[in-house]
Amino acid sequence: MILTDVREGSVLPTLRYDVTATTIVVGALAARDWRPMHHDHDFAVNRNGTRDIFMNTPNQAAWFERYITDWTGPLGRLGRMKFRMKGSVFPGDTMSLEATVQAITVDGVDCGWVELLVSLTVDDDLKTDCTARVAIPTDPDDNPWRRRGDQWQP
Amino acid sequence: MTDDLPPEVTALIDAVQYEERGEFPVEQGYVWTSCASVENGNPLFWDAAVADAVTDGPIAPPTMLSVWFRPHHWAPDRTEQALPLQVHFDLKERFGLPEAVMTDNTIVFHEPVRPGDLLRTHQILRSVSGPKTTKLGTGRFWVIDVEYFNQRDDLVGVESYTGFGYRRGE
Repeated sequence: MILTDVREGSVLPTLRYDVTATTIVVGALAARDWRPMHHDHDFAVNRNGTRDIFMNTPNQAAWFERYITDWTGPLGRLGRMKFRMKGSVFPGDTMSLEATVQAITVDGVDCGWVELLVSLTVDDDLKTDCTARVAIPTDPDDNPWRRRGDQWQP
Repeated sequence: MTDDLPPEVTALIDAVQYEERGEFPVEQGYVWTSCASVENGNPLFWDAAVADAVTDGPIAPPTMLSVWFRPHHWAPDRTEQALPLQVHFDLKERFGLPEAVMTDNTIVFHEPVRPGDLLRTHQILRSVSGPKTTKLGTGRFWVIDVEYFNQRDDLVGVESYTGFGYRRGE
């Protein structure tokens, strides 16, 4: 994929995933997050007041990264992600990741950027939204990963 | 920031705190564990030839930035439980707020992180709100920046966290 292949308003393919307790626990441990609300049902319910263990923030970031680079391919280079958690993702949920291209720009050092609005929903209920800025090649010879120093302005 | 903050908290705004080095070098096995947790098949992380061609060798997924600083769950000779994002826990304790959640997270990615890198970091408290009540309870919001560097002092990323420390409603 190169920048001229992308159109504002384009919608990315939806990713649906059935979340289990294992999803939550594996994700927390992969992020070295040992806090009990991500693996201990009793703690989550009786201390945190949530209905079950829930997905941690770094693992949500990893899901967003996977979703975005599934679309861009390996030449896509994340520059910035901002996400806001509005609700939790629990075992038994089917989460859906969807995204829309908000803007396409080329910066002052000729790096091509796509701005994405990504949402993570469960049963159409928004759990997390994410704005992401990802660099993709401007032509077949471009590679955003080669950019260093002042040539990389995320 | 509001003017009802204790002076010792106000003094911490924009101050560099908790400079530390990672407990271990960035490691390939954890890269695969993270990718597996979200079924990320990006060949950058699984195919050495692709990594050589695209990124001049293997790199870690950018979103793993904070992973390299989460302390081991246990370590010999440790007398106190080590907590990641210590400024967050300091604020919980300072304000007597037993529960907390993270509400916003911004990550800006700079130089790629590679297996073998030994990263260092520090934390900077940017702001603390006045008392707020949400459906979770009553407490305060705060914003903490975490800046990350590699062993060559290249900036590899900056994370900004918004936390809400609270006491559950009766």
